[in-house]
Amino acid sequence: MLAYIIQRVFQSIVVLLLVGLVAFSMFRFVGDPIDNMLGQERTGADIARLRTQLGLDQPFPVQYYKFLSNAVQGNFGVSYRQGRPVSQIIAERAPATLELAAVSAVLAISFGVVLGVFTAIRRNGVAANLIMSASLIGVSLPTFLIGILLIYLFAVELGWLPSFGRGDVVDLGWWSTGFLTASGLKALILPAITLALFQMTLIMRLVRSEMLEVLRQDYIRFARARGLRDRSIYFRHALKNTMVPVITVVGLQLGAIIAFAIITETVFQWPGVGLLFINAIQFVDIPVMAAYLMLISVMFVGINLLVDILYYFIDPRLRVDRTAAAK
Amino acid sequence: MSELPVEKPAEAPSAPSAWARFLDSDFFYSFKRSPVAVVSFALVTLLVLSAVLAPLVAPHNPFDPATLNLMNGFSAPMEPNAFTGETFWLGTDDQGRDVFSTILFGLRISLFVGFAAVLFALLLGVTLGLLAGYIGGWTETLIMRAADVQLTFPSILVAMLIFGIVKGFLPVDARDEAAIWVLILAIGLSDWVQFARVVRGATLVEKSKDYVQAAKLIGRSPGAIMLRHILPNVLGPVLVIATISLALAIIAEATLSFLGVGAPPTQPSLGTLIRIGQGFLFSGEWWILFFPAMTLLVLALSVNLLGDWLRDALNPRLR
Repeated sequence: MLAYIIQRVFQSIVVLLLVGLVAFSMFRFVGDPIDNMLGQERTGADIARLRTQLGLDQPFPVQYYKFLSNAVQGNFGVSYRQGRPVSQIIAERAPATLELAAVSAVLAISFGVVLGVFTAIRRNGVAANLIMSASLIGVSLPTFLIGILLIYLFAVELGWLPSFGRGDVVDLGWWSTGFLTASGLKALILPAITLALFQMTLIMRLVRSEMLEVLRQDYIRFARARGLRDRSIYFRHALKNTMVPVITVVGLQLGAIIAFAIITETVFQWPGVGLLFINAIQFVDIPVMAAYLMLISVMFVGINLLVDILYYFIDPRLRVDRTAAAK
Repeated sequence: MSELPVEKPAEAPSAPSAWARFLDSDFFYSFKRSPVAVVSFALVTLLVLSAVLAPLVAPHNPFDPATLNLMNGFSAPMEPNAFTGETFWLGTDDQGRDVFSTILFGLRISLFVGFAAVLFALLLGVTLGLLAGYIGGWTETLIMRAADVQLTFPSILVAMLIFGIVKGFLPVDARDEAAIWVLILAIGLSDWVQFARVVRGATLVEKSKDYVQAAKLIGRSPGAIMLRHILPNVLGPVLVIATISLALAIIAEATLSFLGVGAPPTQPSLGTLIRIGQGFLFSGEWWILFFPAMTLLVLALSVNLLGDWLRDALNPRLR
């Protein structure tokens, strides 16, 4: 067990170092940093001085090490486009994305699990079939089209909800929240639904297929034979055993929600980190791109590691399997 | 597929041709029996044909400024324009471009990027999967580790990052021109993992079978065994993944272009058209957005349905 965790932590660190290398290469090889910082009128002495000052005359591994240690301390350099420290820009924008992602995750998980169980129990019912067909369209429908559709319905035609921005936010010093104002909450509805819909269909289909698989097994038949009530069979006996794959996917989807927030934020002009990243790609703002790349990698790798470790606590069978496989 | 002997006496009750055998196969039977598959196949064929034949089918060439008339701008669908009296089936955009024609040309770019990206992912994934499965050892570890790592990240994010990085490396004036190719590279690289994993799994199964042992025994080279003997036997699942990947690649391309990090306005794909159309949503010119969006939806949905059907049809367990 401990050996496995250590191995996984080690792997995660290697992945993060590789991502750091990619981010660093972007800095080092896309354009010339000296060109970016010095104007037209420069002398050879200026260039040499700046080169020493920036440490560009040092060997590659040393530069890489410096870059990493700066990044770990939250120093990602200065945005080419906005001329401000990247860490400051990201800190300003993070609350918007995190609030949106949290609300979407709650929506996706609660509706996804409930609908999944429902469609599995009533697998031949009309409503369940309707939901399943709708979910197929949902999977084919790109996120941005869902967003545009919602904007058209609720903002353009009905005029109930705002179509862009975050509404009024309350500044709590280091965090700005939209939860505390009416306009902030209203502005949150459409983006949150847009972002949640795809993950919801995914969770629903997964819960449904896992439930169908479990319901076919002998112990369910025995439970029926023992005369247990349906509700107890479905929720106490069946749902519990579908949870291992569901937790995996939900865990991984939490990361995906942050990534897909890029799309939702662009459609709704939501001032979060995703919109920042898209603008950075459009204008080739390397420091912002690199910082986003590293932050999101830390998040994804961390989530993955956590999910893998969680396995052990949820499913005792896996402990045996893994140990056996390791030998 | 094995080749049939060609020289057969004409009057003999000859072996059926490949086409006849295809019409008689289980595969075609299950296709005929599935209305969903027939309809989606027809829709995909129609869309692909109209994209390929766009220069012949389209009433206007949206990229030829000489045929544009600004006075035609914002014509509603099926209504004669107030100034010129010309009628456009699906209306025109702000520049007076015929929306129907821009969709046809946009479809062309969307499908080209989609097919090319899947082909690229397929070649890369199948090659790496075969190598990993057949050679094993550290080659396998390296390839499958890389696959695991990439799988940690959503493919759309990987595609965005690759697009951003490659764009950064290109000189400024080449960026728009190369955008389509960068897009193919980015989407292809973000999508190879599925192929590699499936092919590796299937290769591991095939490797232990007698025919591979026999081929080894008669001294065929590893390359020949992989390509001539194992590859044909793992192509079924590859085909299924390719179809599903195509739907995903089309959506990925549309998403990237919609976000403004894909096909440039000079070569608009369906996603770019939707991006442009979104700007007119509030001013009432709904058709500039609606028709490209519907085209994309029909395309993605029918390719998806076709992929679903194909997966069931090729899965022996479900027969």
